[in-house]
Amino acid sequence: MTGSEIERRRIMIVMGVFAALALITPFLDLFLQSLVTEILVFGILAMSLDILLGFTGLASLGHAAYFGVASYASAIIMTKQSWTVTYAIFTWTDSSGLGLFYLFIIGVLVAVAFAVLFGFLAIRAKDVYFLMITLSLAMVVWGLAYRWSAVTEGDNGIIVPGRPSLFGISLEEGLPFFYFTLAVFLLCLGVIYLITRSPFGRTLVGIREREERMEMLGYNIWLHKYLAFIIAGTFSGVAGVMWTLYNLFVSPPDVELITSAEALFMVALGGPATLIGPVIGAAIIRSLQQLASIYVERWPLILGSIYIITIMLSRLYGVDGILGIANKLRSSSAAADNSEG
Amino acid sequence: MAETETALELKSVTKQFGGLMAVNDVTLRLGQGERRGILGPNGAGKTTLFHLITGVLPLTSGEVLMYGQDVSDWKTHRRVAMGMARTFQITSLFPRLSVMDNVILAVQGLRKMKMVMWRPLSSFPEVFEKTEQLLTQAGFWELKDTEVRNLSHGEQRQLEIVLALASDPKVLLLDEPSAGLATGESREMADFLKSLDPNISILIIEHDLDVIFEVASHISVLHYGELLTDGPADQIRNDPRVQEIYLGKG
Ligand SMILES: Nc1ncnc2c1ncn2[C@@H]1O[C@H](COP(=O)(O)OP(=O)(O)OP(=O)(O)O)[C@@H](O)[C@H]1O
Ligand SMILES: [Mg+2]
Repeated sequence: MTGSEIERRRIMIVMGVFAALALITPFLDLFLQSLVTEILVFGILAMSLDILLGFTGLASLGHAAYFGVASYASAIIMTKQSWTVTYAIFTWTDSSGLGLFYLFIIGVLVAVAFAVLFGFLAIRAKDVYFLMITLSLAMVVWGLAYRWSAVTEGDNGIIVPGRPSLFGISLEEGLPFFYFTLAVFLLCLGVIYLITRSPFGRTLVGIREREERMEMLGYNIWLHKYLAFIIAGTFSGVAGVMWTLYNLFVSPPDVELITSAEALFMVALGGPATLIGPVIGAAIIRSLQQLASIYVERWPLILGSIYIITIMLSRLYGVDGILGIANKLRSSSAAADNSEG
Repeated sequence: MAETETALELKSVTKQFGGLMAVNDVTLRLGQGERRGILGPNGAGKTTLFHLITGVLPLTSGEVLMYGQDVSDWKTHRRVAMGMARTFQITSLFPRLSVMDNVILAVQGLRKMKMVMWRPLSSFPEVFEKTEQLLTQAGFWELKDTEVRNLSHGEQRQLEIVLALASDPKVLLLDEPSAGLATGESREMADFLKSLDPNISILIIEHDLDVIFEVASHISVLHYGELLTDGPADQIRNDPRVQEIYLGKG
C-alpha cells in the first residue's frame, strides 16, 4: 500500500467516525450530548495547539490565552450594554440572524491580535524559555480577566443569557448546538489538515526536526514559526468563542495555567502531529474531568497521573501518544500475521 | 589570464570567543568556479570560519562579501538566497523524515511556494521533478522512501551534499564531506565532487589529504585561527611549515 493510499484510508475512517457521531448523538441523553459537544470544543483547542507542539515543536504553556481572550471578547460584546457601539452591532446582527458571524469575527480578531503581539515577544525564545515566556504572557491575560473587573466582572465571570441564532435557526437546544459545533469542528479540522499538508506545513516539520539545517536551506525560520504561532492562536480563538457559546459563562479559570496545561496534555496524550490524536486526548481528558468532577480538588492529580502514564508508555514503545502506541501495536500484530501466513 | 570574478571575499574576518581568537584576521578570496581547500589541525577554526561566512555566528570584526556585496550583517537565509550553500561536519539532516522529504525541503528552500498554505505539496509538480532529478543523479531514487536515520553513515554524508546542491548554489561550502568515511568511500566522494558543475565555487574543509588535493586547486592553511599560508595546491603540499604543523613530518 502506498503512502497516499494509507492517507486516503485514514481520511475515510475519520470521516466515517464523525458521520457515525452525527447519527448517534440524537439518541444519547442530554448529559452525553453535552459532553460530546464539549469534547469537540476542546478538540479544536487541542488541534490548534498541535500546530505548535506537534508540527513545529514549540511547547507553549500559554495557549489558553488566545482561547480566553476570544471567549471573553465574545461574551463581552453579547452582554455589555454600556459599550453602546459593539452592543448595538450585536443586537442588529443578531436580529438579522448573523450574530454568530459577528461574534466569531470579533472574538477571533482579538485572539489574532494577541497572538501577533505575544508571538512577536515569544518566538525567538527556545525550549524552556519559550515555555516560560508563553506562560508569563498568558498570566497577563489571566491578570486582565481577574483584575479588570469593570469589563470582565473579575472573579464573578460573565454570564451570557443565550446563544444567537444562525439564520433564524435557534441553537438554544443541545442538539442543534451540537450539530453547529460539529460543523465548526470539521471546518477547523479540514483547514488545519490542509495547512499541515501544504508546503508551508512541511516547513514547520522541518523546523521541528532541525532548525539550523532549515536556516541553511534558505528558510527564514523566525517568520515560519511566527506564522505558525498566529495560525495556532487563530484556531484557539475559534475554540474560545465556541466555549462561550457552549458554556454561556466565562470566568478567569478558563484562561488559567490549568487550561493551557490541559491542552498540552491532550496533544501529548493523543499523539502530537496527528491532529486526530489531540482530539482523542481531548475526549479522554474532558470525559475523565466530568467523571471526576465530584472530586474537583483531585483533578490536577488525576491529570498528572494520566500524563506520566502516557509518557512512560510512549518511552516504552518509542512512539508519541495513544495514536502512536496504537499504530505500533497494529503494525507489530500485522507483522506477526505476515510471518504466520 | 584575466582575473576571474570574485565569488566570495573575506576581509580580516575575526571571531573571538571570550579570550579565544577562534578566527583571527583571515583574509581570503574565492574566484568564480575556484576550488579552494582549507587545511588545519583540530580546533584551528575552520568550522567557525564557515559559521562566519554563512552568518550562523556574528563576526567580531571584518567583512564578508559575496559577488562584491557586503553581506556581513545579513541573516543566513538571505545569504543562501544569494547562492550560498553549505554542508555540515556533523551530519545535519532530518533523521525522522524520508530521503524524499529531506530533499523536498531542500528544493523548496528558495522557492516562493514554500509559503503556500492552502494547496497540498503534491500539487507542485516542479518540486517533485527537481527532487526526482537530484535523487536519481545521486543514486538515491531507490532509497527515496527510507527514513534518513536508517541510512548508512556514508549515504548520509552523501545526502548532506545533495541537500546543499538542491538550491543550485553558486558558492558551496563543504565541511569535511569525507568525515567518517572508509577509504573507498572517500575516493567516491572525491570523484563525485570533481564531477560537479565547474561554475560552482567551492570551499572545502578536509582532513583527508587525498580528497583535498584531488578536488582543490588552491589551499589555505589555518593554524590557531590564523591564516598560515595559502597558494596553489602543489606549493602547499611542499611547504615545510605545512608539513611540520599539519602533515606531521619533517
Ligand atoms: N560556540 C563556541 N564557543 C566557544 N568556543 C568555541 C565555539 N565554537 C568553537 N569554539 C572553539 O573555537 C576553536 C575552533 O573551533 P572549530 O570548530 O572552528 O575548529 P575546527 O578547525 O573546525 O576543528 P575540527 O577539525 O576539529 O573540526 C576551538 O578551540 C573550539 O573549542
Ligand atoms: Mg570543524
